[in-house]
Amino acid sequence: MATYQLTVNGQRKQVNVDPSTPLLWVLREDLKMTGTKYGCGISACGACTVHLNGVATRSCVVPVSLVGDRPIVTIEGVGNDPVGRVVQNAWVAKDVVQCGYCQSGQIMSAVALLRATPKPTDENIEESMGGNLCRCATYVRIREAIKNASQKLK
Amino acid sequence: MRAAMKLQKDLHLDRRSFLRVSSVAAGGLLVALYFDLPATLSQGNQPPKIYPPDAFVHIRPDGKIMITVNRLEFGQGVHTALPMVLADEMDADWSQVIAELAPAAEVYKDPVFGIQMVGGSGSIAHSFQQYRELGAKVRAMLIAAAADRWRVTPEQCRTEASIVHGPNNQAAKYADLANDAARKPVPEKVTLKNPSEFRIIGKAVPRLDSRSKCDGSQKFGLDLDLPGMKIAVVAHPPVFGGKVKSVNDTEARKVEGVRDVFEIPLVKGSGVAVVADKFWPAKQARDLLKIDWDLSGIEHPDSAQLWTKYHELARTRGNVAVTRGDEKLIDQIAAPNRIVAEFEFPYLAHAPMEPLNTTVRFDGDAAEAWVPSQFQTMDQMAIGEVLGLKPEQVTFHTEFAGGGFGRRATIDAHVPREAALIAKRLRGTPVKLIWTREDDVRGGYYRPMHAHRVEVGIGPDGMPAAWRHVVVGQSLVAGTPFEGMLIKNGVDETAVEGTSDTSYVIPNFHVSAHHPVVNVPVLWWRSVGHTHNAFVMETLIDELATRAKMGAIAYRRKLLKPEAKKLRAVLDLLDEKSAIYWRNRLPPQGHAIGMACHESFETAVACEVEVSIENKRPRIHHATVAVHCGMAVNPLTIESQFQGGLGFGLTQLVGQGAITLKDGRVEQRNFDGYTPPYIADVPVNVDVYIVPSTEAPTGCGEPPVPVIAPAVVNALAKLTGKRYRSLPLVSI
Repeated sequence: MATYQLTVNGQRKQVNVDPSTPLLWVLREDLKMTGTKYGCGISACGACTVHLNGVATRSCVVPVSLVGDRPIVTIEGVGNDPVGRVVQNAWVAKDVVQCGYCQSGQIMSAVALLRATPKPTDENIEESMGGNLCRCATYVRIREAIKNASQKLK
Repeated sequence: MRAAMKLQKDLHLDRRSFLRVSSVAAGGLLVALYFDLPATLSQGNQPPKIYPPDAFVHIRPDGKIMITVNRLEFGQGVHTALPMVLADEMDADWSQVIAELAPAAEVYKDPVFGIQMVGGSGSIAHSFQQYRELGAKVRAMLIAAAADRWRVTPEQCRTEASIVHGPNNQAAKYADLANDAARKPVPEKVTLKNPSEFRIIGKAVPRLDSRSKCDGSQKFGLDLDLPGMKIAVVAHPPVFGGKVKSVNDTEARKVEGVRDVFEIPLVKGSGVAVVADKFWPAKQARDLLKIDWDLSGIEHPDSAQLWTKYHELARTRGNVAVTRGDEKLIDQIAAPNRIVAEFEFPYLAHAPMEPLNTTVRFDGDAAEAWVPSQFQTMDQMAIGEVLGLKPEQVTFHTEFAGGGFGRRATIDAHVPREAALIAKRLRGTPVKLIWTREDDVRGGYYRPMHAHRVEVGIGPDGMPAAWRHVVVGQSLVAGTPFEGMLIKNGVDETAVEGTSDTSYVIPNFHVSAHHPVVNVPVLWWRSVGHTHNAFVMETLIDELATRAKMGAIAYRRKLLKPEAKKLRAVLDLLDEKSAIYWRNRLPPQGHAIGMACHESFETAVACEVEVSIENKRPRIHHATVAVHCGMAVNPLTIESQFQGGLGFGLTQLVGQGAITLKDGRVEQRNFDGYTPPYIADVPVNVDVYIVPSTEAPTGCGEPPVPVIAPAVVNALAKLTGKRYRSLPLVSI
């Protein structure tokens, strides 16, 4: 066990866990922030996507010991960010979700995409969202919501 | 599933239902629908009994109206659609409506199936009338209360947006009338609205659970957190039915946070449970277990060997599903006018995004369970059985589920059973059992693999004159309580649905089936037998149309029986919309159009796709879908279901979309080897058109799935000249 200081959604948090514990499980079980989802544990589905120092990152394969002082933003906090809020609203406006389980990860990936590329092409969208699995296959509406958010961001 | 529906419909006719009402302590109206004759699969008819008071509607003092949904929400949108139905007849203010998922209880059983469940695309189809009547009865009681208060007759009152209006400009809010209304007798009969009076039904209403699923606040079964809760994982045998010979858990127990390691019996064979404070130590400990498995005396299934066996079986006549005309006529048709086609469909995992899980706390004389369950009745019974309790002693919470597609509708309730076995040992402690993704991908309960062999004899008019068809695949229900309903003459209906009941007129038509027993657990996978049957039918019909030099739609129209009204309507609508889409332009060079149509769960679907080939895989640029699902309760949800359902249907097409076995072991382990469709695999756009209708609503969860795969390969055939009969599409 080791103690780690984490900055999650702008707040300082302290956890005492095994160093190998993936950030995903620290968020979910130690910090009780369950919006970030477990889907595969091998960074193949994107359900666990968070922002680590602004970069969309699969939290299921990042041991907490490697996080360091990089700020973490999760689905619970991304709405505090102007882009994050616009994306969440676009998701609601386009009625994207079905089961909704993967959507935290989808939204986190979409926010990272729109920050880097405010006017994404279909190709950009497929590249950035290409690792986020949705078994309900809400992809058509995800694409629409990203374009909708992009317009709102001007 | 269709046979189950028929049987349960008969039971339903004998069953009288009535409403009872009680005032709640907090104030407000509670309306519960009681059945006096429960009809469950296992219990049969029982004498009337008193059920605990459960509610469908709760009008809160603050004006909020809580509507209880008698089914799991796992993406299909019933958590919005059923409240819409009730709220409309009740004239509730939709902006004040909230919804909750019902716990397991007699009162929440599917009115047709007789068990509490989601499946067979029956949520709206079966509960539409039920929820309308409930809404109308509540409305009548609120009016009765208002009429009393104002000393007028109910006929003089009208309702709108949670307010009763009287003849002299009186107005009273539902919330202010609720306590009085609760004391009114429940009307036996109510007049339902004429569809033209609907205010909510038929409108594109956004989902009630949208915001919570976009900000991380929606809790799913896996997100449950209870005081003192422990996490369990189970090491399952590498071959189905294997048993633990011995286990060395020394290293596993050294992991900090591990509380217990013990062997548990499984539905078949046995496994080793690890219980820890949290998931990570539980998983680490499981990885450190040294288990010596006893794999003797059990079949080690092997995909390659199974294909050989299946293809051999497909060359012999099976149990007869349907026979019309002359079975042998095909043998007299000259070879050039005959098509002999052999198809292969592999095992498929459902792989819902939320891994399987169940939480149970056992208190000795009672238990509590939290399950994202499609089969509450079965899961509750199984947990009770393991714990030595009656089902009603298990308080059963239905948790939101991250997808399911049939995977959470297991007849043997194997996941809840495992959870209950572990909870039994940790009496008083809530235990959340988590199946990791590896457990899920390797854990069986797949869409069964199937081989089809079809011989088609073409008549002089280019239409099929003779059709002899053999289907080979495991039965989904043999040896289960569903057997009596779904197996007829040795044929599992779910294996031949979509073929044996085809709407195409084929004069000499013979379909038979073999159901080999294989040591791989199998399960219904969204749209069940239609996944493979529609593929076979719609690719062969397409091939016949091409040979006849007829248009795909024109050929189907000619072949459909006149009474296939829904299919005819969707073909007409697709034809019209396709013409508009392609007006004044042609598909770009290298692109081709393919189509397919299919009716399942009483909903007809026609689908057209525009496809090219990129990186040796199909690139689907656009899809147009026409749907006939009776009355469209929520067109927005239907659009979403069809857009998504097409994507789900592509699971059986994508390159790594197969579960295979070698020497009894599943060769895939996670989404790296079993790879469902990602964003680039599905159509870029999907336009959904609904045939206007006032007929009873039918299902929309499963019917989108079957049409896409045949439509895509029908397009590919135009680009490559090849017919694709083995899935997944490994090479084009």
